[in-house]
Amino acid sequence: MGDALVHAVDDVTVSVRPKEFVALLGSSGSGKSTLLNLMAGLDRPSSGAIFAHGRNLAEMSSEDLAQHRSHTIGMVFQAFNLLPRMTLEENVELPLRLAEVDRNDRAGRVREAVERVRLSARLTHRPSELSGGEQQRAALARALVNRPTILLADEPTGNLDSATGDAILHLLQEINESLGMTIVMVTHDRDRAARYAHRIITMGDGKLLSDGTKI
Amino acid sequence: MKTRDLTELAARNLREAVLRNSLTTLGIAVGVASLVAMLSLGVGLQELANKKLSKSGLFDAVFVSSKTNQRGMGRQNPPESSTPKEPAKILDGEARQKIAALQNVVEVYPEIRFPTEIQFEGKPYSTTVAGIPPSAKAEGAFDGMKGNFFSTPDADEAILQIEFAKDLSTQPDSLIGKNLVLRYAERQPLPAEPDTKKSKNDSHGGYSADEITGQSPGFSIVPREKTFRIIGIVETEPATSVGSFGRGRLLIPMQVAEVLRVAQANDLRGLLRRSSSKQTYDSLTVRVKSPTQVKSVEETIQKMGYGTFSLLDATKSLRLVFAVFDLFLGIFGSLALAVASLGIVNTLVMAILERRREIGILKALGAADRDIRRLFFAEAGVMGLLGGIFGVTLGWLIGTALTFGTNVYLHQRDLPPIDLSSIPWWMVAGAIGFSIVVSLAAGIYPASRAAKLNPVEALRYE
Repeated sequence: MGDALVHAVDDVTVSVRPKEFVALLGSSGSGKSTLLNLMAGLDRPSSGAIFAHGRNLAEMSSEDLAQHRSHTIGMVFQAFNLLPRMTLEENVELPLRLAEVDRNDRAGRVREAVERVRLSARLTHRPSELSGGEQQRAALARALVNRPTILLADEPTGNLDSATGDAILHLLQEINESLGMTIVMVTHDRDRAARYAHRIITMGDGKLLSDGTKI
Repeated sequence: MKTRDLTELAARNLREAVLRNSLTTLGIAVGVASLVAMLSLGVGLQELANKKLSKSGLFDAVFVSSKTNQRGMGRQNPPESSTPKEPAKILDGEARQKIAALQNVVEVYPEIRFPTEIQFEGKPYSTTVAGIPPSAKAEGAFDGMKGNFFSTPDADEAILQIEFAKDLSTQPDSLIGKNLVLRYAERQPLPAEPDTKKSKNDSHGGYSADEITGQSPGFSIVPREKTFRIIGIVETEPATSVGSFGRGRLLIPMQVAEVLRVAQANDLRGLLRRSSSKQTYDSLTVRVKSPTQVKSVEETIQKMGYGTFSLLDATKSLRLVFAVFDLFLGIFGSLALAVASLGIVNTLVMAILERRREIGILKALGAADRDIRRLFFAEAGVMGLLGGIFGVTLGWLIGTALTFGTNVYLHQRDLPPIDLSSIPWWMVAGAIGFSIVVSLAAGIYPASRAAKLNPVEALRYE
């Protein structure tokens, strides 16, 4: 709608290997969230290419991008983004509905995902009845339920106190190790990034500042 | 997304904004109701008119006349009648048999109707007697009758018209089963022996063309009496021929009436015109199996050289009037539905604003544009379906209330009740279908707008 083109992400080349846990570090406006959205297939680059499992997201139809988000990507947000009027169970089931997973398989998959984030006792609760940490775990269960290969987390601890945040990051680490899931996490917390991620990519003003395995 | 999941999500969304969605649905329901009420009124009136008309026995009949009689009747001759001057065909017993033998013809009978006097319980009453053909039983006039229709086509039985029955007795119902004596003037051919005539006449074994064929063009008039048993009382008098409404007050079987050989007014004219001594008819009524066959029968009879007349053309223009009437009622009804559809657009556009974030989340979780579009479509469709069902019910209630009110009014004026509105199944299905289609059309814009929402922006929206 007539917006001037802003280069939120400019001349960035990054590659993430399977089963890697990568932290995308940067201050606000550095372009890290935009990079994450590009990886998720929620946004399209005005130029360049994004390859996931050998396919270029930049050239996909919107239908294919939806398939990519549905089957390859699981997303977790700072604001949890659970649907407030659905129970935890229904929220977690939602991606299965969208992916047209057979009805008979759904309950088992939901239970499995919810057990993994240790929320089995809260299945019938609505988001408003859950604590912040529980909500983020519910969102994590929702991201896992369709068994994606890549988990993208946008400031997952941003709305949580430090203890709860650590619990979530611990969970992410566990998922990365036990399921072998590739994780890209956006954060501005360098300490935690260093503690949990295999590799830290730093961005500033839409450009890549550093990319290196931590010591 | 699968249809079932889509429907569940749509239903959930509708429940969540229950007040707004109910009001929108109510708007559609009122639109559908006005449409249904208008159309049912139109269809109801049309059915009412059709029923009354077809029961009148005028629309499955062809009226045949000898062409010699036509000029005086103010009718236009069909074009083929202007073929080089043939002698006018006489409508006699032979012609009657020929016409009766035509395909799809149920019955052919002359009009028999004469003023005369009866004796009942010793007192004389003057009245008009009409011969009623057996086919008249199916007509509406006999629907609400008391007692029975003639047991056989040649029974010495009479049905009284209610007004006449009231003249005879203060309690008309008590008349059934009693006898009355009909006094009439019999036309007798001049050279015939009165005695043999009488014995034949009393046998009532039906009639044949020979029997009613006189020997000479002249005749004498002899007073006669005949006893009839009253078997029924009828509210209105059926029309047996064109232009004969409401004159017969004492009804007897046509076959019996014919054998009576009652002297009728136009016998004198017939006497002067007739060359042979045969029984002739001024006109005959031909009853056809159904109104659709009237045209072909009419054409066949015209080819035989007789003048014909039917009321088919009159129904055609009546149908046209009703079609236009229905169209206008439908247009006014649709206007209300169109206004209601704006309500759907409004509700769904509001829903997009409200559910921006939710749409973003759904897209992040893997929903395609198509899924979002279908979700909004489904919501519009469900509102249309519910509004349609509710609206048809409401429309039916309005129609019923109108019928009830009208019947109260009619009852106050001693008129029979009518069914004013009619909702046939096609109207129910059509109205609900139309409601869904209109709702879906109203959903096109909001649905495509929701589908095009940028997920990143939608997720940022608080």
